[in-house]
Amino acid sequence: MSFEPKILGFLCNWCSYAGADLAGVSRVQYPPNIRVIRVMCSGRVDPAFIFKGFEVGADGVIVMGCHIGDCHYLEGNYEAEKKFAMVQKFLKLIGMDNRIRLEWVSASEGARYGAVVTEFTEHIKSLGPAPTGSDNPDQTMLTKLKAIKVAASGERMRELVGRQRKITEEENVYGEKTDMETFLKIFNSAIVEEFERAQILISLGEDRKSVKALAVELQIDPSIVLGHMTILKARGQVDFGEIVGITPMFQRI
Amino acid sequence: MAKKEKKEEEEPRIGVFICHCGSNIGGFIDCKEVAERAKKLPHVVFTQDNLYTCSETGLAAIKKGIREHNLNRVVVASCTPRTHEPLFRACIEEEGLNPYLFNFVNIRDQDTWVHQKVPDKAFIKANDVVRMGVAKAEKLEPLDKIIVDVTPTALVIGGGVAGMTAALNLSNQGFETHLVEKDNRLGGRLNGLYKLFPKDQESSELLDALKKKVENNPRLKVYTSATVKNIEGFVGNYEIEVEQGKNIIPLKIGCIIVAVGTSLFTPEGYYGYDGEKRITQSQLEVKLKSGTLNENEIVMIQCVGARIEERKYCSNVCCMTALKNALIIKEKNPNTHITILFRDLYTPGSYYEEYYRKAREKGIVFIYYNPEKAPKVEKDTIKVFNEYIGEEISIPYDLLVLSVPLVANAENKALAQMLKVPLEENGFFLEAHVKLRPMDFATDGVYLSGSAKWPVDITESITQGYAAASRASTILSHNTLEVEGATSSLPEYNKALCTGCEVCITVCPYKAISKNEDDEIVITQVLCKGCGVCGATCSNHAIVIRHFTDEQIMAEIDAFGGK
Ligand SMILES: Cc1cc2nc3c(=O)[nH]c(=O)nc-3n(C[C@H](O)[C@H](O)[C@H](O)COP(=O)(O)OP(=O)(O)OC[C@H]3O[C@@H](n4cnc5c(N)ncnc54)[C@H](O)[C@@H]3O)c2cc1C
Ligand code: SF4
Ligand code: SF4
Ligand code: SF4
Ligand code: FES
Repeated sequence: MSFEPKILGFLCNWCSYAGADLAGVSRVQYPPNIRVIRVMCSGRVDPAFIFKGFEVGADGVIVMGCHIGDCHYLEGNYEAEKKFAMVQKFLKLIGMDNRIRLEWVSASEGARYGAVVTEFTEHIKSLGPAPTGSDNPDQTMLTKLKAIKVAASGERMRELVGRQRKITEEENVYGEKTDMETFLKIFNSAIVEEFERAQILISLGEDRKSVKALAVELQIDPSIVLGHMTILKARGQVDFGEIVGITPMFQRI
Repeated sequence: MAKKEKKEEEEPRIGVFICHCGSNIGGFIDCKEVAERAKKLPHVVFTQDNLYTCSETGLAAIKKGIREHNLNRVVVASCTPRTHEPLFRACIEEEGLNPYLFNFVNIRDQDTWVHQKVPDKAFIKANDVVRMGVAKAEKLEPLDKIIVDVTPTALVIGGGVAGMTAALNLSNQGFETHLVEKDNRLGGRLNGLYKLFPKDQESSELLDALKKKVENNPRLKVYTSATVKNIEGFVGNYEIEVEQGKNIIPLKIGCIIVAVGTSLFTPEGYYGYDGEKRITQSQLEVKLKSGTLNENEIVMIQCVGARIEERKYCSNVCCMTALKNALIIKEKNPNTHITILFRDLYTPGSYYEEYYRKAREKGIVFIYYNPEKAPKVEKDTIKVFNEYIGEEISIPYDLLVLSVPLVANAENKALAQMLKVPLEENGFFLEAHVKLRPMDFATDGVYLSGSAKWPVDITESITQGYAAASRASTILSHNTLEVEGATSSLPEYNKALCTGCEVCITVCPYKAISKNEDDEIVITQVLCKGCGVCGATCSNHAIVIRHFTDEQIMAEIDAFGGK
C-alpha cells in the first residue's frame, strides 16, 4: 500500500477555515489526508501544538491564516509568523523543518486552499513517513523532539519570540535600534543553547549524571555542558546530587 | 504546561449527532456507522444519525437526547460552524445547557464535499475528526457572556458632509452627539467648491443648509478647531478627551464614527505645476467661484499623480469634476477651447454619463494619452502623442488644469492607533470587510463613513453618513450589550506563574491587557476579542484562552494521533 501521510492543519476561523469551507462549496477535490483543528487566529497556534502534533504521529503540520494585513485581529498572523520561524529553526536541528508549512489563504481562495493542501500532501508523500511518526517511531528522534518542545516552551524562547516585533520593529522608531541581524544572532544561539539544555534535562530525568557523561552522551563539548549546568542550576532546574569520587553528579529537581 | 486544578464537576456525558445533510454527507459515507463508532469514544453516552440535523426534527432530536440521556456536552458532525454553530448553540441552550458546551465537527464542507471520489477515505476522515471533536468536547467548560452598559452618546470625528450627515441623523434619532472638527469651520472639502455635480447646485447652498441644521440641533454639540486627544475604553463605554485650544473636554461616548475625509494633493513637480498658469481642479473651483477666470485656451490633464506605482488607486471624483468644470466654463463662454487629456474616463450611472454626452456636444475635445508617453508641457503648448492618429500633436494653452487625487490625511495614523483600527496601504481607513461589513471596523463600536475610506463623491458620502449612523444606532439604542464570553483570562490558579514580563501586553492587538496599581496583569474582558495570541505567547503559560484552551487543543491533537 502506498504511504498515506497524516497531516495536521491549524486553520484560523476567519480566513483559511472559511477558504476551506469554500473549497467544499465549490467541490474542489483534494487529498483526504489533512485533519483540521480550528483556532480563532493563526496567532493562537502555540509552538507546542506543532511539536505535539509530530509527537503523536503527524508526518506534516500546516498552519494557515489570513494574508498579512488581513488578520481579523489585525496582527495575529504577524505573531504567527514569528512563532513559526522559531518552530522551523528548532525542527531544523533535527532535520524535520521541511515537514511544516505556513500559508496564507483567504476566505475567497477556495481553489487555492485545495491547491495548497494538495501540494503539501504530495510534498510530505515524497518525503516519506516522519522519523517520529508511523507505527514504529525512531526513539532517539522522539527524545530530541521532546527536548525541542521543552526548549521552545521555556520562558527564554517564549519571551524572545514575544518581544521580537517590539524589539526589531517598533523601537527602531525611537532610535533604540536592535537591528534584525543582532536579534537573529541572539535568537539563533538561544535556539541551540536551549535545545542542549533541554536535552540535558531530559537525560537527567533518567538518572543522575556527571558533566562528562552528559558530554559524551549528547556529543556536546564538556565545557559547554558545564556552562549549561550553571544556568540550569541558577534556574532551579538541576542541583548537585552527590559526589562520586571527585566527580559531582547532577540531578534534576 | 500549567495544569489546571480539576474542578468539582460532573462527569462529561457527551452526545454525538451525525448529520446526513440529505445526500450531501449521507450519500458518500455511512453516517450510521460513524455514529456507531462514536459510541465507543470516551464519555460518549449517546449517538444518533439524523437526516437533517438543523431541521425542526433534527433539533428536536438533540433536545430529546439531552433530556433522555442527561447529556451535558453535545457534538454535531455536519456542515460548518461558520454557518450553523449559532443555531445548535441556541438549541442546547433552550434545553438548559450552557451554549459553550457544544462542539462542531465539519464532515461536509471539509470532508464529503471535497473527497467525493474517495468515499472510503472520507469515511475514515469523518471518524477521525469526530474523535477529535469529542476529545475537545470532553474538556469544554461553560462560559458566561458578558453584559456591559451602553452610554447612548455618539462621537463623530470630522465635520465634512459625511460627518455632518451622520451626526444629524444620530441626534435626530434622539442620541446626544458630539461632532469634532479640526478646522475652524464645518464643511470639509465642500468649502472650496463652486458648483456640484450632478445638478450643478451651488456648494455653498448645500453647505449652508446642512450647517444650519447642525447648529440648530439641540442634541448636537459641535467643536471646531478641535481634535481627539485620547481614547480609552471599549464599545458602549468610551472615555474621550477632546482638545480645543487650551481646553481638554472629557466625553463619555458609546460609539464613534470616523468621517475625517481626505486631504488635497499638491502636484509639485508634475507638468510644471506652479499654482498660477498650471493649477489644480481645486484651484480652478476657487477661480470660478470668485469669477476670475479669463483664460480661453484651457487644457485639463487627468490622473495626475493617480493610478501610478506609488499611488495605485483611482480617486473616483476627478473625471466628473473635470467634466463639470469644463461644462461650466463652456456655458459661460462658448468660445473657450477646452481639451481634456485622459487615460480612462469614469462616468458611471445615468447622471454622470449625461455630463460626458453633453461635453461632447458642446465641443469639448477628449484626447486619450498613454501614461508611458505622458504629455509634455511647454511654455504655451502641450505636446501629446495621439494614439489614434499615431503622431504627436501640439495644443496651445493659457491655463493648464491638473486633476489630482484626493489623498489620505497625514494624521490618520495617529487617530487609527488611538482607535485601534487599521489603515490600508494608502493611509485610508480600512473597513472590517469590504462587502459584509462596509461601515464597520473590526473593533466593535467604531464605524467609518465618507471619503475617509477612499475618495467618494458627495452623494456617496451622504449615503455612507446615514449608513454609519444606522450602524451606530444598533448599539446606542440598547441599554446593555452582550459581548463574547470566549475570551482570554489569567485565572486565579495561574497567577503565581505570571512573572509580570508584559509580553502579553505587547502582543495584544486590542490593548485588552494592562497592569493595575499592584503591578498585576489585568485582562479587560470586554476589550478582548479572543484571538488567543496572548495565550500562545505568554512566556509562562499563565494565560488561558477560553474555549480554545491549551488543554482542549492538546486533547484534539492527542485524538488526531489516535490516542
Ligand atoms: C476639486 C474637487 C471638486 C469636487 N466636486 C464635487 C462635486 O461637484 N460633486 C460631488 O459629489 N463631489 C465633489 N467632490 C468630492 C467631495 O469633495 C467629497 O465627496 C466630499 O467632500 C467628501 O466628504 P467627507 O465628509 O467624506 O470628507 P471631507 O469633505 O474631506 O471632510 C472631512 C472633514 O474632517 C476633518 N478632519 C480631518 N481629520 C480630522 C481629525 N483628525 N479630527 C477632526 N477632524 C478632522 C476635515 O477638516 C474635514 O472638515 C469634489 C472634490 C474635489 C477635490
Ligand atoms: S446541519 Fe448542516 S449538514 Fe446538517 S442538514 Fe443542516 S445544513 Fe446540512
Ligand atoms: S485573546 Fe487576543 S484580544 Fe484577547 S487579550 Fe489576548 S491578545 Fe488580546
Ligand atoms: S506574558 Fe504571561 S508571564 Fe508575562 S506578564 Fe503576561 S501573563 Fe504574565
Ligand atoms: S484571524 Fe486569520 S490569521 Fe488572524
